[in-house]
Amino acid sequence: MDKSVRKQVRQLTLGAVAMFAFALFVMPPLYNLFCELIGINQEYTQYTAEAVDPVDTSRTVKVQFVATNQATMPWEFYPTVFEVEVHPGERKEVRYFAHNRTRRDMVGQAIPSVIPYQAADYFHKTECFCFNNQPLRAGEQAELPLVFIVDRDLPESVNTITLSYTMFDVTDRVPSPAEWVDPS
Amino acid sequence: MLRKAQQLFGLALATFAPVLVAQESASEGSQQVLNMPVGVTTVANQVYDLHMLIFWICVIIGVIVFGAMFWAMYFHRKSVGHQAEHWHESLKAEITWTVIPFVILIGMAIPSTTTLKELYDTSEADLDVRVTGYQWRWQYAYPETGVTFLSELVTSQDQIYNLDEKGQFYLQEVNNPLVVPVDQKVRLLITAQDVIHSWWVPDFSVKKDAIPGYITETWFQVDEPGIYRGSCTELCGQGHAFMPIVVHAVEQEEFDSWMADKQAEAEALAALTSQTFTLDDLMARGAEVYARTCAACHQAGGQGIPPAFPALNGSSVVLGPVDGQLDVLINGVSGTAMQAFGALLNEVDLAAVITYTRNAWTNNTGDVVQPIDVFNYAQGQ
Amino acid sequence: MAHGPAKGISRWLFTTNHKDIGTLYLWFSFAMFILGGFFAMVIRAELFEPGMQLVRPEFFNQMTTMHGLVMVFGAIMPAFVGLANWLIPMMIGAPDMALPRMNNLSFWILPPAFLMLAATLFTDAGGPNFGWTFYAPLSTTYAPDTVNYFIFAIHIMGASSIMGSINIVATVLNMRAPGMTLMKMPLFVWTWLITAFLLIAVMPVLAGAVTMMLMDINFGTAFFDAAGGGDPVLFQHIFWFFGHPEVYIMILPAFGVISEIIPTFSRKPLFGYSSMVYATASIAFLSFIVWAHHMFTVGMPVGGELYFMYATMLIAVPTGVKVFNWISTMFKGAISYETPMLFAIAFVILFTLGGFTGLMLSIAPSDIQYHDTYFVVAHFHYVMVAGAVFSMSAAVYYWLPKWTGRMYSEAMGKLHFWVSFIGFNITFFPQHFLGLAGMPRRYADYALQFADWNMVSSIGAFIYGASQLLFLYNVIATIRSGKRVSEPKVWEGANGLEWTLPSPPPYHTFSTPPEVK
Repeated sequence: MDKSVRKQVRQLTLGAVAMFAFALFVMPPLYNLFCELIGINQEYTQYTAEAVDPVDTSRTVKVQFVATNQATMPWEFYPTVFEVEVHPGERKEVRYFAHNRTRRDMVGQAIPSVIPYQAADYFHKTECFCFNNQPLRAGEQAELPLVFIVDRDLPESVNTITLSYTMFDVTDRVPSPAEWVDPS
Repeated sequence: MLRKAQQLFGLALATFAPVLVAQESASEGSQQVLNMPVGVTTVANQVYDLHMLIFWICVIIGVIVFGAMFWAMYFHRKSVGHQAEHWHESLKAEITWTVIPFVILIGMAIPSTTTLKELYDTSEADLDVRVTGYQWRWQYAYPETGVTFLSELVTSQDQIYNLDEKGQFYLQEVNNPLVVPVDQKVRLLITAQDVIHSWWVPDFSVKKDAIPGYITETWFQVDEPGIYRGSCTELCGQGHAFMPIVVHAVEQEEFDSWMADKQAEAEALAALTSQTFTLDDLMARGAEVYARTCAACHQAGGQGIPPAFPALNGSSVVLGPVDGQLDVLINGVSGTAMQAFGALLNEVDLAAVITYTRNAWTNNTGDVVQPIDVFNYAQGQ
Repeated sequence: MAHGPAKGISRWLFTTNHKDIGTLYLWFSFAMFILGGFFAMVIRAELFEPGMQLVRPEFFNQMTTMHGLVMVFGAIMPAFVGLANWLIPMMIGAPDMALPRMNNLSFWILPPAFLMLAATLFTDAGGPNFGWTFYAPLSTTYAPDTVNYFIFAIHIMGASSIMGSINIVATVLNMRAPGMTLMKMPLFVWTWLITAFLLIAVMPVLAGAVTMMLMDINFGTAFFDAAGGGDPVLFQHIFWFFGHPEVYIMILPAFGVISEIIPTFSRKPLFGYSSMVYATASIAFLSFIVWAHHMFTVGMPVGGELYFMYATMLIAVPTGVKVFNWISTMFKGAISYETPMLFAIAFVILFTLGGFTGLMLSIAPSDIQYHDTYFVVAHFHYVMVAGAVFSMSAAVYYWLPKWTGRMYSEAMGKLHFWVSFIGFNITFFPQHFLGLAGMPRRYADYALQFADWNMVSSIGAFIYGASQLLFLYNVIATIRSGKRVSEPKVWEGANGLEWTLPSPPPYHTFSTPPEVK
């Protein structure tokens, strides 16, 4: 085989391998980064306010809470309130209720999702049960807290924000959670 | 080809004119068989206009381009003695047919952008409705009032398998339609519990994917009361074609009274939970629930479609202790298509369908499961 | 083997000759075309009337999935690789492909892959049932157990395509006859060179996507599973990043074929050769930045939606250039209508119609109405069947006399053409109406208002299906008893190095490279 052919084949093969690596190792993080940049999927990051901004009382924003169970997740899971009104900059706490009605210990993981997209970047969670998984023993129930601040820079066009949680059964993924939530 | 297309159109119109008239008189949404429905919302009308605009632009370009081609095909034939010329380049021509399409595209992009932005403007909604896709049914919920229900196909398996005559709304009829008031901006919050589904009603020009773990939103505002039908448009498994959407748009007063009825119904159902039913009552109700909710997978005869959907006739779970069957129905089976029906069906329906499966076909156990048994099990007692 | 082919089966098993391997590819792809067509017949027979008559919905989904997979990866792609093997060395004056042993390997791994894929249909769990686009989580968490075989098969097909492409690039870049500069290459070689680069770029992405699926299913990762912090929409992005270039992979070589045939039968040189090359390259480039137009209903931010809409609309410009150039080539020529030319003209007309519906689909707000309906099915069959498959038929009739030294029967060829053309249009034209009227794709059963057009479409499909048996008959009849052609230049208007070789060409050609002026 000709030398130049050999070199070219090597380059092309390397190119193909690089594209495989790109798909496997670069595209997923790139996608996440891109989503973060435009505001989607930022929901796991805990917000730590550097300074407490004054509350903007001139505006009121509706914040709605909804919950869904993955199809084979048998827990009762719902927000204790559907809708609250807040001023941008204001800290607000709401709770979700979860009840493991089965006869076995289970671990749930709530996956958050915010709409509209242009609001996601301005919805900050200072405390959220979704940062960790939620272990519940058989028959146990819990109130899961969520503390959030709507950013003062929220675009004018947004007057309703909806926060959705989907509860997934991750018992098999998390074999022995460090501590079970105390019934409270 | 265009001439052919027009002929086809003409032929089609002639053939289907009686059908069109018949459907017109039914005045039930718009049931087009050739073109997109004009729609019953402002946005849908705009989308229709855009569709027709692009269509006519394509027709005009097509007439010019194919006109030139057919001209050459006819007049520059070798068989009529035409001699080939030898030119094969013209910068002027090539620039022209690069620039002109570009300008036309800009002309198309402007109205498209306006319409798209409108489609996306979900702000200032009057009513929120949650839409959740399941294999293979929809769930609608009105968070303000707490009213939640499943919307399932009611076309019988016998109609589907040609054992019974097909009804007028074959595969487009459900037990509980989505009900919305007219002239109100309805915002849909869409998600799914298992695989991806997609909620489509052509008359509203609304199609949005329902993605497990994520929520998407869209909106519509219906101008005229009526019944509008749609379908799931993302492949979601074997029941993909069998989870239609029906929307009733009604006047505000009618909507309010419907909502009140639904709330009363839920309370009445809760009261029924403590009642004791006879075997016959439960069997009758259970047969209905089974046909609607279970038969698509486990089959009308209870034979299932192994290995994905196990048989219920002679099943060890159905013939075994009641608690075991309650666990499967209420909590689902992780990693399979068996959903946690505790959250989807009420206690009465669950009790009825369990009683039904324990006594139908060759499962003659004689067991009667009461709603209170279901309630107690679900509460961990 | 220096002087001629080996005898018996070992000729085919161990061959490194580009003509033999081309023949293997072509026959294999025809076999797959018949298999995929058989699946299509099952689909159309089931949809002949409302109600479930022949199969269960579950099996129907397996049929739609297998039809798509077999046609894309088994019929269209290998068919063009077969053409490339036969023609590229002869067109550029090379003795063979640059990497003959790899060539053998890249073919022979294909049949086992498809055998394995098809065998899943006979298992209890059934074959893949999640559509050829295999969106997660339907193809991961909710897939039948046989999904692992499907993934393995996709890996093999990908490896085969990548090897084939590397071979083509190396051949075109290194083995051209002296004097054949890049801008003197036949357009078929150009389109394949660009296609090969596309394949090398995106087949590994597909391999990456199925590898992630494999890991999600078997090793507990969560690339596409929201429960573990993944995202099912990520799958769609990765798939269409592969998928959109993939559809051009299936059409660019067809452009090349048509650009050879139209000048021959117009007896006039191809109009705008260099703009054809640039248009092909820009279509290939654009294919990488438009993928999310397949996802307009997924719920992207409006800015993303607008970007993908504008970028997609732009593709109309280079595609338009190609169509205008073909028509200009015919204009003022001396046109004759042999079978290859009939298929080529049908290609231009029907592909342009598919292009128009493509333009309509690019408009995001109206795409919301078209998305995942039969309108889309009609659109991509106009570009894939009337595009890729018609161009293959054109190519076979055009070069068959060269390959075999025997002429096909013009009357039978024309019969095949007209039955295909009419059958095709009866099948797919009504699907536009069905989609606009509201019938979603991949439906095992449908509402009553769709019944009439479905029946028409099914009748057309049976006609179109039957016409392919005519094709098979024509090819076999030509090989066995076609009239011998003696002259190298079978078609009076043909140009190119392959027409300077005897018909049929000897087993080894251009051992000494020809001189290109």
